[in-house]
Amino acid sequence: MSGPEYLFIIAAMGLVTYIPRWAPVFWLTRRPMPRWLVQWLELIPAAILSALLVPVLVTSGQPRQIDFGRPDLLVALPTFLFALKTRSLGGTVVFGMALYWLVDKLM
Amino acid sequence: MTNPLFVKFYSCFAPTDLQRDSSGLPPGRQWCIRAAPPVAVETSVQLGFIEWEPGKDDRPVTPTDHLQGRETLKKGAVAAWPICLGYIPIGLAFGVLAQKIGLSPVQIALMSLLVFAGSAQFIAVSMLASGASAASIIATTFMVNLRHLLMSSSLAVYLVGRRRGVLSLFAYGITDESYGVNLDQFRSGRWGMGPALVLNHTANIVWVLSTAAGGYGGQFIPPGAFGIDFALTAMFICLLVFQLRDRRSVVAAAISGIMAVLLSVLIPGNLYIVLASVAAATAGLLVRPAGRKEA
Repeated sequence: MSGPEYLFIIAAMGLVTYIPRWAPVFWLTRRPMPRWLVQWLELIPAAILSALLVPVLVTSGQPRQIDFGRPDLLVALPTFLFALKTRSLGGTVVFGMALYWLVDKLM
Repeated sequence: MTNPLFVKFYSCFAPTDLQRDSSGLPPGRQWCIRAAPPVAVETSVQLGFIEWEPGKDDRPVTPTDHLQGRETLKKGAVAAWPICLGYIPIGLAFGVLAQKIGLSPVQIALMSLLVFAGSAQFIAVSMLASGASAASIIATTFMVNLRHLLMSSSLAVYLVGRRRGVLSLFAYGITDESYGVNLDQFRSGRWGMGPALVLNHTANIVWVLSTAAGGYGGQFIPPGAFGIDFALTAMFICLLVFQLRDRRSVVAAAISGIMAVLLSVLIPGNLYIVLASVAAATAGLLVRPAGRKEA
């Protein structure tokens, strides 16, 4: 693969990645959104974080398969309780990492 | 003696599940909950206008917009550290992989700078290795990163009326991770465009550097050291906890999680993120919001 071809590919990748990031904050921020849209968008974070997180915990392999036996899930449960209790982002990250490291050592 | 404004003002804090712990609340609420009981009715009249409505009153102006220089830098960088911690091992791993298919550290850094999207970059590199056409790599990248459309829309709620140039710069840094942290901070009202941009670009610099470092010889770093592979998962767990504010959001998160698992097994790629989120948020709207009853 030639240098210019590589440059073209990554530039185009950058562009098609940037457009979906940019269009909503650029166009939806002109005037207040309708109330129903705001309410819907208010639910997006919980939904999207859950959709990003849960499959990582309970699926593995390529193609993905359901797998409840992963250390990630085992560590995620106490980490979730820790986050619920402390509401500390940094603390949760450190706690989760330490526990994951420990589980990794023991298993 | 009951002042109607006071009643109205106070009733909007009815979701008692939220009052249990005020530390995770938007400051509007935090402040009111702390301030309302001890102070006189007159104060509550003054405060009455603060009646909090999600995405409305806490949206436009955040006090931290006026923060200057060092404080903005510090705030953004402090909030960025869990993201950076997670990006380093992934960036190194990406660099190692990219170097194996013959990319130089400069080429790797350039891709990280232009694209700035972890999973899409991994996929692109494996496609490059297998000799896929430019068009298919670009189309796949687009599909993989389409989820940012939803994230950007949900951030837009807090960014109404801001300058378009700044918004365009901010948009560059929207990743899964920066989205989660920025959204939580904007919601809380402790945030502004300054720290948000610092956070985005700190994460970006760390990403570019760690991918390039991986290209130089990241294979010497032992994988899985100190549980660092779990850093981003732990961060997402906590960010999700912050988002579970009422019955609606809990229902939306539960539906989304279950749907995402099922869809991720059924369909290849990561379209399941968008599908599950859209369906779950829509379903969440059907749930009567607890404690937000208009009397």
